[in-house]
Amino acid sequence: MAEKITVHDPRGYPPKVVGKRLANRLQSLDGKVVYLVDALFDNADVFIEQLRQWFAEHLPAVVTRVIKPRESWVDDLGMREKIAADGNAAIIGVGL
Amino acid sequence: MPTVPVSTHVFARLAQATALAAGMPTARNAFVPQPVVGRTAAELKAYIEGVDPVAKRPFMQVVLEGLTRPLDEQDVKGATFERSTPRLLPADTEDNLRELFIENRWTDFLPIILPTEERVERMLEGTKQPPDKIVGRMRPTAFREAWEFDVEKVAVNAVMAGARAPYLPVVLAMAGSGITARSSSTTSWATLSVVNGPIRNELGMNSGIGALGPYNHANSTIGRAYGLVSQNVQGGSVPGETYMGTLGNNWAYTACFAEAEERSPWPPFHVDEGFKPTDSTVSVFFGGWYTHSGYGPRATWKEKFIRMLTATDHYSPPLIVMDPLVARAFVELGFTKRSLIEWCAENAQLPAHQYWDDPWITTLIRPQAVAGIEPYATRLKAAPDELINIFTPDDIRIVVTGGETQAAFKMLSGRYLGRGPGTDNKGKPTVVIDPWR
Repeated sequence: MAEKITVHDPRGYPPKVVGKRLANRLQSLDGKVVYLVDALFDNADVFIEQLRQWFAEHLPAVVTRVIKPRESWVDDLGMREKIAADGNAAIIGVGL
Repeated sequence: MPTVPVSTHVFARLAQATALAAGMPTARNAFVPQPVVGRTAAELKAYIEGVDPVAKRPFMQVVLEGLTRPLDEQDVKGATFERSTPRLLPADTEDNLRELFIENRWTDFLPIILPTEERVERMLEGTKQPPDKIVGRMRPTAFREAWEFDVEKVAVNAVMAGARAPYLPVVLAMAGSGITARSSSTTSWATLSVVNGPIRNELGMNSGIGALGPYNHANSTIGRAYGLVSQNVQGGSVPGETYMGTLGNNWAYTACFAEAEERSPWPPFHVDEGFKPTDSTVSVFFGGWYTHSGYGPRATWKEKFIRMLTATDHYSPPLIVMDPLVARAFVELGFTKRSLIEWCAENAQLPAHQYWDDPWITTLIRPQAVAGIEPYATRLKAAPDELINIFTPDDIRIVVTGGETQAAFKMLSGRYLGRGPGTDNKGKPTVVIDPWR
């Protein structure tokens, strides 16, 4: 029978996962402001514009506003504050 | 605020893993088919009117439900849990442990040295630092969770790579840079590491014939150790979850070399960057995306350089690695290292529309240009056919190495400083090794 040996685990130390609740959902989007957040990836602006047009055509009671962060891959606090102050929901796209 | 992120479907596993790590495993994602890049407005409209390829339901139904469906118990509760990795694995046979390391993707699939307690202890003799000293934190890319690691974890991976104890301070310094050698970016990055100072000779590193590899034990195993450390201490480099590079990258196996300081006509690289000649340093360049090679400088070297520089993917500026024969020839032409870099920046020009027709220039540079940040704003104002400079002198670096068997040079994708795709902001890419001895 082959000898057993003990070896080290090569992995680092993961942080504790702390649960977060999802934000309360809206009963309806009618009359609500939905921010369409352009994630700034290549061609995301074209996708977001098509999304805006879809809402205008199919759910005209929803107010959509297109917004962009100041830079790519930056947690733009100013943008988030604006969305929180003026908006009711957000759709972010497109991650690729 | 109710939010639905939209991604392309190839990121479904990554999105799930990221949501779990954020404590929100029921986060409501929506997906469209890959690709979005290069698709017309009409094609993207069809995505929106079509089916979410992950949920297998109409895309807009998924989006609207994501914003309006009432929360259930799990949505409110989220997920809270501790994760731990043991110091030692359960005892087993060598064959079984080798299989375990492969199955868990803890290797680069080349043979490893199993990190037994004895081997790790011997590796730790390479540093005076305590095994439990925290070296830093690392993550596959910005916005992913960062995992912490200590000296012992670096030693474990150095053993696996086949490194020797005296190399450990170099590997610790690389790991301490916080720059991962296993970025999860869709662009298949690697790191290229350059060692300067006295430690090059103390370790017998190669800056002569075959400097870029694979002809030296220290060069090869230090570079490999950095890769294994990165993938294991950051929580993995698993395709579809923590690695998304579509092509992969040969440089990621190992890419570490020493500068030929004694045979270079110019000051060493680390001295250019403000370090003392007696400092031992390692500098981590982020790139490996493209490799151009040439000889010279010959009579038409300027045209050659311009072709090579403008053929780069310019969001990843070049690290020019040249044999001492090339460097000395440039000196004979009257160049200093700095003046050659300035010549490159001045003459690397493209029509503006070619410069901007690039996914990462569009993603990363264009927002800065729109915000008025120079030199990008000027590049954006240029007419489509107007020639614009694609690099500044600060983008380009030169390192001298090689065995003088040929006047050869390479331009390697290798961003030294600053923001760019695939990694966090590179603020301190040169690390002094001596404190890790």
